[in-house]
Amino acid sequence: MNQNTIQVDALESEAIYIFREVVAQFEKPVLLFSGGKDSITLVRLAQKAFYPAKIPFPLMHIDTGHNFPETIEFRDRLVKELGVELIVRNVQDNIDSGRVKEETGRYASRNMLQTETLLDAIEEFGFDACIGGARRDEEKARAKERIFSVRDDFGQWDEKNQRPEVFDMLNGRIDLGQNVRVFPISNWTELDVWSYIEQEGIEIPSIYFAHKRKTFVRDGMIWSADDEVVYRDEEEEVVERMVRFRTVGDMSCTAAVLSDAVDIVKVVEEIRDSSISERGARIDDKRSEAAMEKRKQQGYF
Amino acid sequence: MKVLKIATAGSVDDGKSTLIGRILYDTKSLTDDKLEAIEEKSRQRGFDYLDFSLATDGLVAEREQGITIDVAHIYFSTPSKSFIIADTPGHIEYTRNMVTGASTAQASIVLIDARNGVVEQTYRHFFINNLLRIKNVVIAVNKMDLVDFSEEKFNEIKKEIEFLASKSEYKGQKLTFIPLSALKGDNVVDKSDAMPWYTGETLMHHLESLDADDINDVSETRFPVQTVIRPKTEEYHDYRGYAGKIYGGDFEVGDEVAVLPSQTKSKIKSINFFDKEFAVAKRGSSVTITLEDNVNVSRGDMIVKTTEEPTIAKELEATICWMDKEPLQASQKYYIKHGVNDAQAKITQLNSIIKTDFSGIEENPSELVLNQIGDIQLKLSKPLSFDAYSKNKSSGSFILINPKTNNTVGVGFIK
Repeated sequence: MNQNTIQVDALESEAIYIFREVVAQFEKPVLLFSGGKDSITLVRLAQKAFYPAKIPFPLMHIDTGHNFPETIEFRDRLVKELGVELIVRNVQDNIDSGRVKEETGRYASRNMLQTETLLDAIEEFGFDACIGGARRDEEKARAKERIFSVRDDFGQWDEKNQRPEVFDMLNGRIDLGQNVRVFPISNWTELDVWSYIEQEGIEIPSIYFAHKRKTFVRDGMIWSADDEVVYRDEEEEVVERMVRFRTVGDMSCTAAVLSDAVDIVKVVEEIRDSSISERGARIDDKRSEAAMEKRKQQGYF
Repeated sequence: MKVLKIATAGSVDDGKSTLIGRILYDTKSLTDDKLEAIEEKSRQRGFDYLDFSLATDGLVAEREQGITIDVAHIYFSTPSKSFIIADTPGHIEYTRNMVTGASTAQASIVLIDARNGVVEQTYRHFFINNLLRIKNVVIAVNKMDLVDFSEEKFNEIKKEIEFLASKSEYKGQKLTFIPLSALKGDNVVDKSDAMPWYTGETLMHHLESLDADDINDVSETRFPVQTVIRPKTEEYHDYRGYAGKIYGGDFEVGDEVAVLPSQTKSKIKSINFFDKEFAVAKRGSSVTITLEDNVNVSRGDMIVKTTEEPTIAKELEATICWMDKEPLQASQKYYIKHGVNDAQAKITQLNSIIKTDFSGIEENPSELVLNQIGDIQLKLSKPLSFDAYSKNKSSGSFILINPKTNNTVGVGFIK
């Protein structure tokens, strides 16, 4: 077994390097885990970065309460296997206490409300680095994001005043109260993530694969009709369709796509041939051209 | 998948956004929803063409002013290769962004408007490519359709760039000249019928033919230790793994190595990647290694082959690109980050400012302001293990951090 040569793939090598910098430069890092494919990929990379030691930081899930049940099941199983600590903070708690107000109507979503819960949790635990699975190819404001992205006390992103990142040197020096958002798979594309999942044989929640689901169509997008958190007008007709999800955000803002990709090989093929971008099925980005940039300025992940 | 990082610089007027848009469009990398969004926005603004800059200028301020402020990263792939374009603004006030974008690039595209020929911005862009020693540089002469696809015009520009190249101290650079029209699509992805006199490759064909492996610089092996892995479990009770990324060359089990700066000698006992062991690890790999002897190794130390030791010193000379509003002045103190190693540094001397238009240097200046490039001397609080940038990019570069603001204020290239 000791005969071979290793050439670590450039993107994987970069991500592992970033994880190690986080642990070396920060006192209290945390990995923001949504149960989606990007954060699952992060977990695998973190495992590789520190093996044979355990992942040296907890995972944290900001739960909107609108998750696909499959995702939660999956999350709990993964955490148990890895033997890492899982922190869950609920958006519902902030709604109950009246700190944030829930949106209502056709396009109501809890996506925006996550920000407040996230900022509270960062303060509660004193996290100085929050590792996330955002990628630059997702959205054009994200394309401008640094790998180490400094946030102030209010979690704000100062997009016009970002630190230059040259070569692979990462400057994690911050003042008390500031924290850094870290994006190890910044340079990966959606296809890179899927190919990696295939290559590594990483398990992911079942909703990523084609399955039969009760759905309805609005504005040309397919929505799950299985759950009451997705607002539906009486006249919007429910039909069973073969669908899968390309992202697993809050159910209320994540649309499905028609698909017959029932396994990882077929999913990778489908992504390769796809003519719609990943976030094309995220209604939260369609609110305005600057939707993502605005959310990020307010501390959104 | 092989990934090739390409830096571009230039203003909207050069047709850079159009070129990138054209590449995305012709390689079918723009998805329908993104294309629709561009079509709609272009219509709203009263354009009769597709404004591809809307795809890349991601910030509100950029779209308002119609300029690129910050580095944007654009991803696309062809069946054989993945590409990352670091798209940077080309104006003089954005020199730092150009340096940032180009620092991780393995190839670069210098865009020239055929009507205007070589302009000040071309000089600067070319200068930075040389400073960073980017091996593959494509000179893309754009808007050929507006000069009647003139071979003469193209050759004029080529000659001027070749003259510039002759003045540069970096001789390893490979220049490729391609005449094209980004707007019309000539020689971008598809070969142009309008320029039969050009027999070379199209831009995309050329980029596809560059091998990312070849362009990673081969040099002596450098292994800066990022962190020490100690599982402290029963199975791995005495395990001490040194985690880091290998730069320059390869490592093999049994290699005789020295831990720097202490120069303690040992041998590589194992090379681990995740749950497997390997005999050889290639450059660019993030791995974990263990040593035969129980030596003292911590973050910031560097493991090298005993036959390939770098310079170990408490002072150094470097060319620096200044990136902060507060100017650099002699006798100021900064933090220095050299790879993953940290120290304090004092500027003992500011020797000169280097003009990025190849017009020479200004000696003994009083300060170096934002976007200027100059030569300095540094005194360090502890010995660092470094190489000349020309010999090894990773161990030959550093950043300076302002201790008051924690901002990255400069990037240095060791002489």
